[in-house]
This record gives sequence, C-alpha cells and structure tokens, in this order.
Amino acid sequence: MRRISKFGWLGGLLLLLLGGVARAQLLFPPPEFESGYRMPVTTTPPGRALWLQYLDVGVLAACLAVAVWLIYRPRSRRGIFWLSLFSLAYFGFYRKGCICPIGSPQNIAYGLLHPSYSVPVTVVAFFALPLIVALFFGRAFCAGVCPQGALQDFFLIKPIKVPAFLEHGLGLIPYLFLGAGIAYAATGTGFVICRYDPFVPIFRLSGSFFLLAAGVSFLLIGMFVGRPYCRFLCPYGALLKLGSLVSRWRVRVTPETCTQCRLCEHSCPFGALREPAPPGAPAPIPGERRTLGWLLVLLPVLIIAGALAGRALSPVAARLHPTVALAELYARQQQHPVVYGVMTPEALALARMAEQPGTVLEAAADLRGRFRLATAIFGAWFGLVVGIKLILLSLRVSRTDFEPDPGACFACARCFSSCPSERVRRGLPVVTVQPPVPAAASALAK
Amino acid sequence: MPNPPKSGQVNPVSRRQFFRNGARVAAMTGLGALTGVLATRGTAAGWVWQIDPAKCLRCGNCATHCVLEQSAVKCVQAYAQCGYCQLCTGFFAPEPNELTTAAENQLCPTSAIQRTFVEDPYYQYSIDENLCIGCGKCVEGCLRFGNGSFFLQIRHDRCLHCNECAIARVCPGEAFRRVPAQSPYLLKSVAK
Repeated sequence: MRRISKFGWLGGLLLLLLGGVARAQLLFPPPEFESGYRMPVTTTPPGRALWLQYLDVGVLAACLAVAVWLIYRPRSRRGIFWLSLFSLAYFGFYRKGCICPIGSPQNIAYGLLHPSYSVPVTVVAFFALPLIVALFFGRAFCAGVCPQGALQDFFLIKPIKVPAFLEHGLGLIPYLFLGAGIAYAATGTGFVICRYDPFVPIFRLSGSFFLLAAGVSFLLIGMFVGRPYCRFLCPYGALLKLGSLVSRWRVRVTPETCTQCRLCEHSCPFGALREPAPPGAPAPIPGERRTLGWLLVLLPVLIIAGALAGRALSPVAARLHPTVALAELYARQQQHPVVYGVMTPEALALARMAEQPGTVLEAAADLRGRFRLATAIFGAWFGLVVGIKLILLSLRVSRTDFEPDPGACFACARCFSSCPSERVRRGLPVVTVQPPVPAAASALAK
Repeated sequence: MPNPPKSGQVNPVSRRQFFRNGARVAAMTGLGALTGVLATRGTAAGWVWQIDPAKCLRCGNCATHCVLEQSAVKCVQAYAQCGYCQLCTGFFAPEPNELTTAAENQLCPTSAIQRTFVEDPYYQYSIDENLCIGCGKCVEGCLRFGNGSFFLQIRHDRCLHCNECAIARVCPGEAFRRVPAQSPYLLKSVAK
C-alpha cells in the first residue's frame, strides 16, 4: 500500500508523473481499514416532493376558481384583495415565484423544439389553466392569483392617468418581450423572461443588485402608475390579453343596465375603462375607410420589413448564447490575445475550447443559422403586432356604455363600487366618495 | 349599438360575437393540440438542475452566481473514491506549515472540511455543508494530486429550482444540465 503521507508533495508529484495519470484509475487506492471503520455514504437530499408540486397546481386551480367567483358573483373587491394577499404569500414568498405562468411559455417553446426536454405536467398546467380561464372569464389570474401583480397592486397609492399614446406605445412591449422570450427559449439560449423578472428576487429576498433595484423601482413607479410591469412588460399578460379579448363572459362595471352617469369614469387605476362612442355616431367617412385600407396594405410591408430587420440583427442577438459567445471570444483571442487570470472562468472556457475548437465553432455556426431564422420570425412578429395595433386604433368605437377594455382589464373589481346601481344592489349608501365628477354627472347621481 | 337582430333569426348572434366565439374555439383547440403534442413527448415528473462533475472546471462561479446568498452548490465527498490521505491536497493549502487543522494550513476559505483521524495513517474528510460555499477550491486541489473524490453538486434541499439556473448560464464548462427529478444527482462513482 502506498502512503502518500510519507512522501509529501514530492511523492504526490512523482506518482502523478509515473502513473501518467490515467484518469479512470485511482491515484491512491482506497485503504483497507483494520479498525472496523464504517465508510459514510454520500448523502443525496431530495428536491421538492412531487405531490407538493401537484399541490401547487391544485392551489392555482382553486385560486383561479375563487377569483372568478369573486369577480362575477359577490363582485367583491375586498374578496379579491384577500385572495391576492394569499397568492402573494403562497406563490410569492412561500414558493419564491418559481415556477410561475409568466415564464412557462418558454418551457413550452423549449419543449417543442428540444425533444430531450419533455415539459413537466405541472408546467403545462401552470401555462394552460390561467389561459383557459382568460378565454372564458377574462384575466382572473391577474386579478387575484398572480403574486407579481398582487405585490404591485398593494403599492398603488395615487394612480395617475398615463397619456394615451404612451399607454398604446408601451403596451406593445409585452408582445415583444413574449416574442423574445420564446425566440431565446426556442434557440436553447435560456429563459430571458425568468432572468429579468424584477419581483422574484424580492420574493427570495436575495438576488443581483440590478434586479433588486429594478424590482424596487417598479414598485416605486407602481405607487403612481398602476401595475407598471403587468401593463407594459408582462409577456404572459400579453397572452392573457389576447385570450380575454375573445372571452365568453366579461367584467362589467354595472350589474344591470348602464345609466351613463359617468361616476365610474375615474375608478380604474389602470386606464382600462373605455368611454362609449359619442351619441349620434356619424355615418362612415370615406377618409376613415381610406386610412384602414392603407393600414391593411401596410401590414404585410411591416411584417416583411420586421423580418428583414430581425435577420440583420441576428448576429447581435446570438451573442446571448453561451456557445456563440465563447466562439466569438475565441476568435477575438486569436487576433488580439488577452491574458486572463489563472482559473478564471474565461481562461477555463478558452482552455476547454482549445482542446477541440472545431466542435465549438461548428456548434456556434449552427446556432447562428438558427438565430437567423428565429430573429426573422421575431421581426415578423414585431411587424405584425405594430400593424394590428395601428389597425385596431383606426377602427370606429361602437361601445354604448362605459366598459372595461376586455384585454386591458385586470378584473381587480375596483370600479364596481363606483357604480350607483351596484351600490343599490349591495344596499350601500349611494352618495359616493369619488374624485370630482362633472356637474351633470353628480346631478344624475342624485 | 349592437346590430339589430334580422327578422326570422331565431338566435341572433352579432358579427363580433361570432368572431369571438370562433377565436375562442380555435384557441381552445390550439391549446388542446399543444398539450397533446407535449404529451406525446413523454410526461416528465419534472427536471432539476445538476452539475456534471466530469465537465466541471472548478472556476468558482458556483459560489458567486447562485440566486441564493449561500449557494445551493456544495462540495460533496465520494468516500469510496477517497484515498483518506494524511496529506490531503484538497484539505491542505499548498506548502502548509504543519499538517494540522489550523486555519492557515487549510485550503478551504471557510474551514468547511472536517478532518478526523480514522486509523494510522488515514484521515476521513467530510464536508460541513453549512459552511461550504461551493467555491470548488478543494475540488481542484483534490483533482490535481489526488483521486478526485471531492466534487461539486447542487444540493436539492437548498436549491430553489429556478426555471433558469443563474449559475448554468455563466458556467464556462457548460457543466450544468437538467436531470430527471427522480435521479437528481450526478455522483462520482469508483472507476473500475
């Protein structure tokens, strides 16, 4: 039996040289103990139990059901408040925000394009359940189940109205973020939506400074601009918005017929309440039709331009992929060598690549090809989103009552109590404490 | 104003309502098809992140890039592979003053390796996971001159199971990968 202890460092070195270090063989054979020593085993603590993950799905489904019931039956803001407090505690601070529906489209995209990754049932459920609910009842998930939304909602103090052009312009970002998230997941780069979620670090009470600062900034902005992340960034919100645009049932301010009293006009802190069309709508003006016609022609142009621009930007987008980044670092190193420190990640990565540069370069070239396709599709998606937004803006309003925009409405139930009919239904005093309302409207309320 | 129902129509459905219904049915069909396609790919109970010890380059990113303040990556000891050396190059700093457990002799920055005497001349080395920060210094030390019985693993009782592992994307060896939750460790086994 060899005894390294007697030789010290020199012995170790000697053995290393003599043995030629066959990695497969042990340098020092495990000793045969004589003292009856029992060798411990390497512990393998298990992860979160599967039944607990199914419990999460159950809690999600139950919360969604309760949210729908609260919105449509008792029409209770207080109920939604307590439900979102529970969701914040459970999905936020207890479950630490992972996995959440916001990131789940990436898993679906990754699973579809990478056969080695089968999407877990729980993830599919987290992706599909809120969407199905949105298709029938609107954004009940946003109302009381999403911890990110709940956190921002609790910070809302004095909502200000966001100018329409800003609301419409920034409202396009979620679709782009969704597209980017899916593109990066599809190319196997990573899950950027999860990477840049500003609230999950707050749930964990740890994270990078940048993200924590972003989270705190969102909450500070959220004191005045209601739910800024949900409205102007959330990619899953974009999906839910599309779903609730065609939902079977819709949130209405009034439980019965609208009396056009305008008392609800300022009750929505998220700018989702839409005015009715002015009475006595004029006959179609040819100019409007011409605009619509031009916009319909513009749509394919925007799509093609987007695709071309996306394709042109693909080398930049591809740099986020670690393999492409390494290949570029290697190429730079060939031209202008930079000395990285011993055992630094860069030096180690370069050393790893130097062993077989061909395979990494090949993989990077293959990835760049995939990125050209992915960014072209993303650009086309960008064009489509902008084009459709322009077309929707040009359409004539046909609303007859004050109604929440079905896509933008979070179903938070705040507007309900501003409606006199609702207050009568609930047996509340009709004299409301409201922001100043036009004289005509207050006269109507009496 | 909603379109007035045409005379003779039994169940008036406005054009917008018709489009909405159609889109909803299409969306539900799409969701169903998507779920179906995903189901044919096999239904995994779940995935967890793990480090492939064969690819780990001991760069030290594990200690600093985990979203947890105390990384979920810890060093583990494959006892069956350990030589129980008296001079353990994973335990002792290069050229130690003495072969004692005094802090200045240790390679581990947090003294997380416990060295206990077994029988002459063998010592057992085990990891105190509450102290280990997952920097991989001992892993490198052990690999350089020893059997390589120390290696880094994500400890799943600590891991938050992020959808995207924050260490995985900065790993220079691309050693992180998703493994089935039923077999969540990639342990080193004794080479035959």
